[in-house]
Amino acid sequence: MSTAVPTPVARPSGLDQAPYQLIAPDGRCDAARIDACAVPAAQLLALYRGMLRIRLMDERLLTMQRQGRISFYGEARGQEAAVVGTAAALGPEDYIVPALREAGAALYRGLPLAAYIAQIFGNDHDLTRGRQMPCHPGSRAARYVTMSSCIGTQLPHATGMAMAAQQLRDGHVIAGYMGDGATSEGDFHVALNFAGVFRAPVVFVCQNNQWAISTPVSQQTATPTMAEKALAYGLPAVRCDGNDVLACYVAMRALVARARRGEGPQFLEALTYRVSAHSSSDDPSRYRDESVTAVWREARCPLVRFRAFLLGRGLLSPEGDSALREELDAEVRAVITAEESVAPPPLRSLIEDVFALVPPHLVEQLAEVAAALPQKPAH
Amino acid sequence: MPVYNIIQAVNDALRLEMRKNPRVVVLGEDVGRFGGVFRATTGLQEEFGKDRVMDTPLAEAGIIGTAIGMALYGLRPVAEIQFADFIFPAFDQIVNELAKFRYRSGGEYPAPMVIRTPYGGGIRGGHYHSQSPEALFAHTAGLKVIIPSNPYDAKGLLLTALRDEDPVMFLEPKRVYRAARGEVPEGEYTIPFGQAKIVREGQGLTVLCYGAMLHVVMEALEKQGAAEFDPEVIDLRSLVPLDTETILESVRKTGRVVIVHEAQKTCGFGAELSALIAEKALLHLEAPIVRVCGLDTPFPYTLEMEYLPSPERITKAIADTARF
Ligand SMILES: Cc1ncc(C[n+]2csc(CCOP(=O)(O)OP(=O)(O)O)c2C)c(N)n1
Ligand SMILES: [Mg+2]
Repeated sequence: MSTAVPTPVARPSGLDQAPYQLIAPDGRCDAARIDACAVPAAQLLALYRGMLRIRLMDERLLTMQRQGRISFYGEARGQEAAVVGTAAALGPEDYIVPALREAGAALYRGLPLAAYIAQIFGNDHDLTRGRQMPCHPGSRAARYVTMSSCIGTQLPHATGMAMAAQQLRDGHVIAGYMGDGATSEGDFHVALNFAGVFRAPVVFVCQNNQWAISTPVSQQTATPTMAEKALAYGLPAVRCDGNDVLACYVAMRALVARARRGEGPQFLEALTYRVSAHSSSDDPSRYRDESVTAVWREARCPLVRFRAFLLGRGLLSPEGDSALREELDAEVRAVITAEESVAPPPLRSLIEDVFALVPPHLVEQLAEVAAALPQKPAH
Repeated sequence: MPVYNIIQAVNDALRLEMRKNPRVVVLGEDVGRFGGVFRATTGLQEEFGKDRVMDTPLAEAGIIGTAIGMALYGLRPVAEIQFADFIFPAFDQIVNELAKFRYRSGGEYPAPMVIRTPYGGGIRGGHYHSQSPEALFAHTAGLKVIIPSNPYDAKGLLLTALRDEDPVMFLEPKRVYRAARGEVPEGEYTIPFGQAKIVREGQGLTVLCYGAMLHVVMEALEKQGAAEFDPEVIDLRSLVPLDTETILESVRKTGRVVIVHEAQKTCGFGAELSALIAEKALLHLEAPIVRVCGLDTPFPYTLEMEYLPSPERITKAIADTARF
């Protein structure tokens, strides 16, 4: 019997597939599939090193925050695979337009650790001159755009940069990052819509860590995936296991290649979990079941998984791993020691970079401040 | 020398700079094929192609947000917001992103670009086709705010904006878009920012204004007899940077000030001008500073000419201040 009532259009079935994965949480894999990905051993080791470096750095800096030596810290713990795996798939001249957890991506592609730590202290070595709270790095040389704290605002910039790259025909791709929470902001939709219409060479990466401070992803959106939002704007989308660094790398590599070939914008949803607190100012035990967190923290840890994989393939030895940890930890400690004693930026920096040239009214305002500064005691 | 209106002058400036600098691109709603709802971008897409003159989806945050990305990447975007009243979806992008990019990045990521938008009342547009949001932008560190009142200035100031290293809010007084006509030299010329223009020299009092209000002030002088008080009329042209020297010099000479703007009075740009004069020239004043402004109400429709500063209101303010 036919009915006059319309049937709603069906949801694409691909959205219900399991996320793309190459290495199981215990490190096991299908060797033939891995070989087919053709990722050189040096690249595999670089991924591990990049992840381990930010893990050790985050641990050290969080401790320092607890000791009151820095004002704030936001970790990427548990998300190292999504950060490093995706960043590693970009070319050296591609740009990263980050959200709040991609510092490891900047470090991976060459932002000196000292520059990152200097930004956290807001000292005179900070490229961004002590103007933002910790965890807001940025560098032209690393092609890593200086983020703002505003959630989602960077996404239209990523699209615009990609439109410019397209216009200049320089062959570069832009990676625009976001969290799951950011997908609710208008800027997310605007960015994907413009990217789709102009076929801009941008790859959006959503690190779906399932939390936005205390808001679970189920309260963020009624759609079961973030990928389907991309489909709505005409972007091809891939969902991958965000705790499998190789899956992140291989998926991103494919999407970047498509964007670079002129196939338009792409979307990657990396499924992961925020195992840490939102930031040093947060206490997640007040709003979520931390026994679930413990599973992600331990059994699904991206570093444990990749380490097991590398050991299994004979690419890493337990001794080599210990030596690497020691090397990276020593580097982090040395840089922190060096940067902690660096002086703050000069007073004059307060009025610089508002405009290309310092205007007279700012000179006048600064003079008023300078005239009333408390005298520093003579040493 | 050709006689242009403001729209033609804007179009001329865009065309000249686009010919000269391949990095200049134009984007906005209906700016390409249609040439903009006020026709300011007429013919540009024909000459420069769809890559450089882009019709965008209907999303102001997207227009400004993507333009910022283009600027970060080295293009020189000119974003058109169809009416200033519709700029607010992009307000976050302008205030939190565009205005702060150079500062927050320590100079690593400057974002020089121009936002053009028609603003102001007197065209029977009601709430949402009439507002004057200049003070909101002047209040935001990192933006330059430019408002021409005539075709000559529109072209020269826009060419300066297109070559400036900072983000520029370029507010175009749509009430006089076509009515203000004048000789405009062919070819390039620039007018530096931060230089007010003394439109009429006088000894009696100082009248500070900009945009469409300049024309209303001149009508007060020419048709309502306000000229008898010998006012010095100053067209600010640039709110940020502000030509404090020209303003203060005039105030020191006349000792009396009337400020005219159509935006609402409270926290309008006139408040800033009044404070400046009080700080720097108080002892030269011989009368209270008077502001003739829009009312502190949403912009009305039927009674808009009562809301807006009129030649009569301005004449009365001038007479009262001169006689004080
Ligand atoms: C526009 C805006 N609103 C609110 C905040 C406060 N805030 C900072 S981070 C955050 C949650 C972000 O969640 P998500 O996008 O999932 O990123 P995650 O922290 O999980 O990496 C919120 C609400 C903000 N920074 N910006
Ligand atoms: Mg999240």
